[in-house]
This record gives sequence, C-alpha cells and structure tokens, in this order.
Amino acid sequence: MILSNPLLHTLAQSGFPQPMHSATLAHYLVVSAVMFILGLIGFLTRRNLIIMFLCTELMFQAAGIAFVAFGRFHLDFSGQTFVIFVLTVAAAEAAMALALVVLLFRRKETLDASEWKDLRG
Amino acid sequence: MHDGAAGVTAAGAAASGPWYAMLIPILPLAGFVLCALCAVFRVRSKLPAWITVGLLAASFAVTAAMYSTVQGTQITTVFQWITWSWGSGPGQSFTANFAFYLDGLTCLWMLFVTGLATLIALYASEYMSHEAGAGYCRFFAAFCLFVFSMACLVMADNLVLLYLGWEGVGLCSYLLIGYFYKKPSAVAAAKKAFIVNRIGDLFLALGIMLCFVHFGTVEYKEMFAQAAVYTKAVSAGEIEKVPLVAQLIAVLLMIGAFGKSAQLPLYVWLPDAMEGPTPVSALIHAATMVTAGVFLIARTYPLFLISEYAMPTVAWVGALTALLAATIGMAQFDIKRIMAYSTVSQLGYMFAGLGVLTSVGAAAHVFTHAVFKAMLFLACGAVMHGFAGQLDLRKLSGVGSMPGWRIVNVAMLVGSLNLIGFPVITAGYWSKDTILGEAFANPSMQGVAWILLLTAGLTAYYTFRVYFRVFVGPQSYEPGEELHAQHDDKHQGHADHGHAHDQHAHGEKSGASHGTHDFHPHPPGWAINTVLVILTIAAFAAFWPIKGTSHPSHLGYIGQMMDASSAAYDPHHDAAMYQFAAHKPAPGEPRSHATFFGFDAHKAMMWVSGFVALIGMAIAYFLHYAGRTSATHSRADSWLPAAGPLANWAKHKWYVDEFYDFLIRKPLLVLAHLFHIIDQYLVDGIVDALGWLPKGIGRLIRPSQSGELHGYAFGMAGGLAVILLIVFLVTN
Repeated sequence: MILSNPLLHTLAQSGFPQPMHSATLAHYLVVSAVMFILGLIGFLTRRNLIIMFLCTELMFQAAGIAFVAFGRFHLDFSGQTFVIFVLTVAAAEAAMALALVVLLFRRKETLDASEWKDLRG
Repeated sequence: MHDGAAGVTAAGAAASGPWYAMLIPILPLAGFVLCALCAVFRVRSKLPAWITVGLLAASFAVTAAMYSTVQGTQITTVFQWITWSWGSGPGQSFTANFAFYLDGLTCLWMLFVTGLATLIALYASEYMSHEAGAGYCRFFAAFCLFVFSMACLVMADNLVLLYLGWEGVGLCSYLLIGYFYKKPSAVAAAKKAFIVNRIGDLFLALGIMLCFVHFGTVEYKEMFAQAAVYTKAVSAGEIEKVPLVAQLIAVLLMIGAFGKSAQLPLYVWLPDAMEGPTPVSALIHAATMVTAGVFLIARTYPLFLISEYAMPTVAWVGALTALLAATIGMAQFDIKRIMAYSTVSQLGYMFAGLGVLTSVGAAAHVFTHAVFKAMLFLACGAVMHGFAGQLDLRKLSGVGSMPGWRIVNVAMLVGSLNLIGFPVITAGYWSKDTILGEAFANPSMQGVAWILLLTAGLTAYYTFRVYFRVFVGPQSYEPGEELHAQHDDKHQGHADHGHAHDQHAHGEKSGASHGTHDFHPHPPGWAINTVLVILTIAAFAAFWPIKGTSHPSHLGYIGQMMDASSAAYDPHHDAAMYQFAAHKPAPGEPRSHATFFGFDAHKAMMWVSGFVALIGMAIAYFLHYAGRTSATHSRADSWLPAAGPLANWAKHKWYVDEFYDFLIRKPLLVLAHLFHIIDQYLVDGIVDALGWLPKGIGRLIRPSQSGELHGYAFGMAGGLAVILLIVFLVTN
C-alpha cells in the first residue's frame, strides 16, 4: 500500500532503504508511549521544579521518538528534520528553564512548585 | 412688504397696512440684542436702560403713527413664515405668515403696552441701579424681549404667531420673576408661574389645532369669514346648527386665557410672581402680559359668540375670581401682594365684562387698569425701594407726609381712586361702571352682576386699607431686611446709599427700629418721580379716550376702536346671544333688558357703583385711619374677631395653595417616588442583572485557577485522557 506511491517505488529501486515493517514501528511507539507516560507520572507526582522540568523533557523526547519512527515508517524525512529543529529549540529552552528555576530557588530557597501558588491570576 | 391680498374671502379684502408697523416689534428686538451685547462687553453703566427707554419710546411713537393711519382692518406682511401644502383642496395647506393684523384692538393694546413699557423702563433705570452690571443688562434684555413677544402676541395675524408671542411672554415672565435667582422663593415662584402657565398653554395649543382641523386655517381673516356663517345661525336663534367642534374651540382658547390671565382655577401663580422686581410686577404682572387672556378672547370674539357655553363660563369664572381674589386681598399684609390679588380681581372684572358681552367695557377696563395699576405698583415699589424692602402695612405709616414722598403719595392716591372707581372724576369709574351696567342689564347674568357689585365694595375697602395704613396717619416705619441682605454687597460703591447701608447692618442686629435715628428712608429720585408724575397725569388723561368723543357705549374712542376690531359686537342686533335667559327672544325681537329694581341698569349703576365704592372707602377709613395712633394697630384689630374664622381663612388665601398641594403636588410626589422605585429596582435591576451574569460565571469557575501547578497538570492530563477515550470510542 505504501509502495503504490510511484515515487517511493522508484526510490526503493535506487537502493533507498526499504520501508519499515509496521511491527517494528509498534516497538518504537511503545517505547515512546512508555517514556511519555513515565514523564507524565513524574510531572504529576513530584514537586521538585527540576525533576518536573526533567519530566517534561522526558515527554518531549518521547514525542521526538514517535516523530522519527513515523518518519522512517513513511519514508518521509520531514519527521527527522523536525526533530532536529525541536532538539535545538529544546536545548535553548532547557537553558532558559534551568536559569528560571535557579532564579525561583533564590527567591524562596526551595524548589517546591506549590510555593508559587500565589502566581495565580 | 405689502400683503399680496392672497386668499381673499367673503370677509372682503383686508387692505394692506403701513409697512412701518413692523418696526413696533423690531425696535424692542433690537433693544434685546443691544442689551445682550452690553452684557457681553461688560457694560457697567446705565447704558442698557437708556437703550431700552429710547427704543421703546420709538416703538410707542410708531404705534401712535399706526393708530392715526390704520382704518378698519389692515394686514402688514413682514415675511412668509410657514407655508406648507400637501394638496390643492381646502384644508390641505397651512399658512402662518409673520404678518400683523392691524385693527382697533391691536392699536389699543399696543398703545398702552409700548407706552407703559417705556415709562416703566425709565422707572427701572433707577429702581434697578443697585444691580448695575451683568444683572442690569440681563434685566433690560429680558424686558425688551418681553415687549417684542407681547407685540408679536398682540399684532399677530394668525394664531401660530400669537402662540409664539404667548410663549415668549411666558418665558420672559419666568426669567424676570426668577431675576433674583439666588433667592429660593423667587426661583420657586418662577417655576410655579411657568408650570401653571403650561397647563393653560396646553389648552391654547389644542384650541389652535382644533381651529385648524375645523376651519382649515389659523389666520384670523379666514377664520372670521367662516365663523360669520355660524354667527348668522346664532343670530337666527339656531345655535344647534353650529357644530360642536366649532363650539369647543372657544372653550379650549378660554382655558388658555384663564392660565395666562390668572383666573380660577389657574390664578395661583400671579400672587407669587411678585417675587420679581417691582417694575416687572408693574409691567408684566399687572398691566400687559396678564391681559393677554382678555386680548385672546377679544381677538377671537367671533368664535366665542358662536359657542354656547364659553361666554357664560367666562363671565362666571371672571366674577368668581374677582370675588375670591378680593377677599384674599382684604386679609393680606404685604402691600405688593394686595396689589397682586387686586390685579387678579380686576382681571376677573375684565373677563366678566367679556362674558356679559361688553367687549368694549372689558377693553376699556384693561386700558384704564393698565395705567392705574402700573402706577400703584410703581408707587409700592418706590416705598419698597426707599424702606429697604419693607412691604408690611403694619410696619409703615404716614409715608405720604414724609419729606420727598409727596409725589408717591399723590400717585398712590390717584391710583387707588381709579382702582375703586371713585365716581365721575376717575377713568376707572367709567370702565368698571360699563361692565357693571352691562352685567345688570343682561337678564341671564344677574348673579354675575351682584358678585361684581359686591367685589367693587371689597375693592374699595382693601385698596384704601393700604392707603390709610401706609400713606397717611402718624409717621412711623421699620426698615425691611429681606431684600436688603441681598443687596448688601451691591450697596457698597453707591455713595448715597452707603449711609443707609450702615444703619441697616445695625438695624439687623438690634431688630426692630421704629423710625429712630438709625435708619433713613431714601425718597425716590428723579426717574421714579418723573414716571409717577407722567402716570398720574395719564390716569386723568385716560379720561380722554373714554369721554373724548361720544359713542353708544359711553366709552368714546375706545368704543370706536373696538367697533373697528374683531371684538366688535352690536348688542342691539344679536338678540339670540341671550340664549341662557329664561326667556329666549325670538329672532329679530329686541333683547330684553333687565332692570335694576325698575331703573335702567346702566343709569342705576352710575349711582350704585359709585356709592358702593364710597361705602368701602368709608369702612376702610373707619377701621384703618380714624383714631389710629401707631403703624401696627388699628381699629380693625378689635373688629376682626367678629368675622370669626373667615378672616383667618382669607389670610391663608382660603387654603387654595394647600388644596392644590394636596390634590396635585402630593399625588404627583407619590407617583414620582413610585417611578423612582420602579426605576431603581426594575430598570436598573435589569441592567445590573446583565452585569451580574458574567460576574457570577466568573465567580463560579474562578476556583479552577488555583495557582497549584499540579492542578493544572492534572487538568491537562485528564483532558487528554478524555479526548483519547472519545477518539477510542468513536474509532471503534
């Protein structure tokens, strides 16, 4: 069904990697899902800002894995390209987030997220 | 400039009048503009007064010229004012030109309006001198505007222009009553006058509308031409042939006239209007504006003559007003207020005169009353001016014999003699006598006649009560304080008042000061004295228009003027006008003359009315002059208890104000409170509810925003779970 695309067929003939089997894709997706859920559970249960931040990163990367896996599965490289960009942005964002956490810690001498309740609108 | 003689009807072509008639209203209008400019340029001299006096004198001269040239009815069109048409048929166009209807009635009214306005402006130049500056300009601007409006009212050739003038004089009256706008009582009086007049004006407006609906025109010329058809039917004794709508017009106009001329039940504003400066009381609330109602009826006399109920109502209301106002006037102590009630009473006489079908007598009484009542007011004003606002007749005595008050004394005496109708030598006697005579001669108006005769006696009593208390007797006085406090700051720069001023401040502290050395009244200056002298002469000269030439009505030139006007009425032909008589005369039959105990009513009245006046005067002499040794007490004090509660009721104006308060003001107040509650809770409630709706929703969902990071996270996770569940359920 995928090879019905004449372009992909031509690509396959020219020594381009063969499409991934859907069972292989399932493995990747399971890893991605497990990572995401671990991150989610971590985010929901922990109060330490740094841990919570790490958990978000975990969820973030889980999504990245899913992206790459799907890209490979569909033989579409925009998925991988997108992840490269996202990683760059995530790096910058991580730097800023950690700086923010440091600043927040300096204010209250604690990393407990619930200490910042009063920021509600 | 000349009328194109458009729309000529059976009434015949009214000749176009002299072009200069338009100057009569234009000159006062120019005065209004100039006085307003004086206010803009902050003129502090007496310039506005001289502008006013000059222009009004010019207006009077033009009026005199007009009187000498106008013959019959002439119309001067100034410009086309309102012209609409929505078809070519009858009643499908509406024309109201800025045009003047010049006839004897117009001439008579304009002569005394402009003449008295000139004299009173001269008087006011001195009387208002404390107010030099913005107040002075404001006063004379309103004064000029009043004369302009009055000229429009009187000279109008249609009811719409009359209405413009009618509202204009109402506005000026309001502005001038409320001249001392910092004084709450003056503001209240101004509002009262305005509102009570609105009631009358509503009916006048309805009358004008009905006039257009029925006759298809508001122009007198056309209107009278159409009414002439009905007049013929009435003369033939067939008043049933006049449609009810046509008869209703007069009734509506009549109620309008009652409002402006302070008749029952709308008279209550006039006594309060005395809060205005005295020249205003003299000109507007005695001589001119309040006679507008009499004018309206005289002008639309042909409409009243075809109305079955209007005429008798006018007569009865006039007579009852005359009596009621006279009884109240007898018990008042404020001399200006007595004069005000006297004005109401005399206006009642004029209405009764119109009602008993002597428009000539009514017009003559308007004329003589204008002269002598203006004079009485100006004399009272001079006293008020000289005694720091004192108007209580119990606190003034012997003013006439004080140095410098001789002229005021003479003016007051001559005015009073005219008012009571002192036999033969006064003009007021002849005009009042005509009304009385005609009333007694009218078989259906005997009740009116007796009321009027009684009123004549009461008039003589209350008029000379004032004269005997204030102007003769032992010298004694007490300065007033009320107006004084108001003028205090303005007295400062006034050299010859400064003296009196110091003593006032003292007098206020020590209370009453019975003619001691700490207060000196200042007698009137040249302007007031000049005006009083001229008016005194005029009061005698008023004899000439009445007795200067012969006329069937014994009223000379005034009779001739009325014959050449819309108020013309020939008593010897319209026998059927006595439709209320017990015996209805057949068509053509000479009318039945009632007699006064077998004597000819007119001749008998010449004796009786004079006799009644003398009796009233004698009673006043006995109660208020003979043996009186102080200002405060007279023989009347010991005789008063004999009258029982009546005297007290009269003193409280028969509680009419309280009655109106209870009947009209209180219910309105309750209604206003009711509306206030509805406004506050229903109208505002709906608006508030609209505001509360988003507020409540906000309050409801606000707890979700706790600031707890985990709360938000759970929310998101839960949301995600729900979405996934839905997707799962939908796809499988």
